[in-house]
Amino acid sequence: MTQSLFTTEVPPRLIGGRDRATGRIVFPHPGSDTFDAVPLGRHGTLWSYTVQRFRPKTPPYQGPADFTPWVVAYVEIPGEVIVEARLVDVDFDAITIGMPVEFCTVALDPSVEGSMLLPAFRPTAGGAA
Amino acid sequence: MSGTKVYIIGVGIHNFGRTDGVSGLDQGVFAVRQALADAGVTWQDIQFAYGGSDSAGNPDTMVDRLGLNGTQFINVKNGCATGGSALFSAQMAIKSGEFDLGLAVGFDKHPRGAFDAKPAEYNLPEWYGDAGYMVTTQFFAAKIMRYMQLHGISRRTLGMVAEKAFLNGVHAPHAWRREPVDLDVILNAPMVSDPFTKFMFCSPGEGGVALVLASEKKMRELGATPIQLAAATMRTRPPGSFEVFAPSIDIGGGVNTATRLASAAAFDIAGIAPADIDVAQLQDTEAGAEIMHMAENGFCADGEQEAWLAEGRTRIDGRLPVNTDGGCLACGEPIGASGLRQVYENVIQLRGAGGGRQVPGNPLTAYSHVYGAPGVSAVTILKR
Repeated sequence: MTQSLFTTEVPPRLIGGRDRATGRIVFPHPGSDTFDAVPLGRHGTLWSYTVQRFRPKTPPYQGPADFTPWVVAYVEIPGEVIVEARLVDVDFDAITIGMPVEFCTVALDPSVEGSMLLPAFRPTAGGAA
Repeated sequence: MSGTKVYIIGVGIHNFGRTDGVSGLDQGVFAVRQALADAGVTWQDIQFAYGGSDSAGNPDTMVDRLGLNGTQFINVKNGCATGGSALFSAQMAIKSGEFDLGLAVGFDKHPRGAFDAKPAEYNLPEWYGDAGYMVTTQFFAAKIMRYMQLHGISRRTLGMVAEKAFLNGVHAPHAWRREPVDLDVILNAPMVSDPFTKFMFCSPGEGGVALVLASEKKMRELGATPIQLAAATMRTRPPGSFEVFAPSIDIGGGVNTATRLASAAAFDIAGIAPADIDVAQLQDTEAGAEIMHMAENGFCADGEQEAWLAEGRTRIDGRLPVNTDGGCLACGEPIGASGLRQVYENVIQLRGAGGGRQVPGNPLTAYSHVYGAPGVSAVTILKR
């Protein structure tokens, strides 16, 4: 069974999987009963990133045909895991590894009603974690 | 090292790049015929073959072209380590004493543009592909971005890796890109995936490589130049590694890699150290990979690459020439053939037959390394 990516609370959090045997946390939840579902922290720091400058091939990419570059980031959620997610609401030139970020979601295609939501982070308001 | 010693006594290559009208399989057959002639043997003499291809068909079907003599022929498909795995298997067949003379062959022919991987092939959920994350370049870019910050590597150094690759490719007849490219052009070209411009990535391509392997007894019987395959290893990823297509990474991860495991095992088997290597071919699917792989294979400490490149230590006339035929950046990456191309290039260098790209000073040892999804690595060490 596919585990949802997000909790149902408002605003939502990411759901990871904690290995019952080792305590190791992974994202997304692998959908196996050897992992407990755990909500992940909202705050983290930028571990690394790149800017996707060309439109990925379709299939599998389902984003808008009219492509604008986006940032794919790895965010370290302290004591939990490093997750891959979009980085939004930031100038490409202002991105620095180690910057504090907070969890949000972003629509895969904002022009489409009900478009799939992707895990994302944005710079923490006020700059402090 | 147990078992008989293994020698590479013949090499063959079909030019890398794009060869319209010639199938991947036929490029492999071309390489096999050249390797057989180079070794002074015929297909009838070959006792076994291991063949690898990722997307150009079943290698064993080439017996149609080579002759139906019933020779044992095993197909290998192991991602980016396909060629390395074929070679590993072939040397095992000789070391075990089962056979004296065999072949490792790899070829491929990929469509233009980036590889199009599907989530299901990597045990990943569909949304991961929908989101646009099944793009290998994102991984390489994110890995070097962090490495640059942690270890003080500049973008200019990445550019110098590409500049060197194209300079070396000029002198390699089998290379795809054979024109030098100015450093400024490399650095100022359109960005593909930050910090890499289009000249810092290799492209999927075409090509074929074949190696004839022999036992020590057979090598002496044929009077071949003895180039010993002193080690061949293949490893999968350790815990906490950061790999292609990773939706998450363990905290503190990204340090241990399949490459470190394969490299340490190869040096152990060969009984030599990184400082003893005279020439190296390191996986350079992009300019950052060569930088990181210099450290992961034990040739320098993290961060020292900045000085190494500035001082030209990895150029043909440097202390440790790296990717003497221009590597993947100049040759492109036909997956099944790419790892064997590195070994081909090392044999050429150890024979002193490199022409304009020959490493000076009679190199005695040569190292090759491939890395690929989902965290596999293969290493070889050759000795003359």
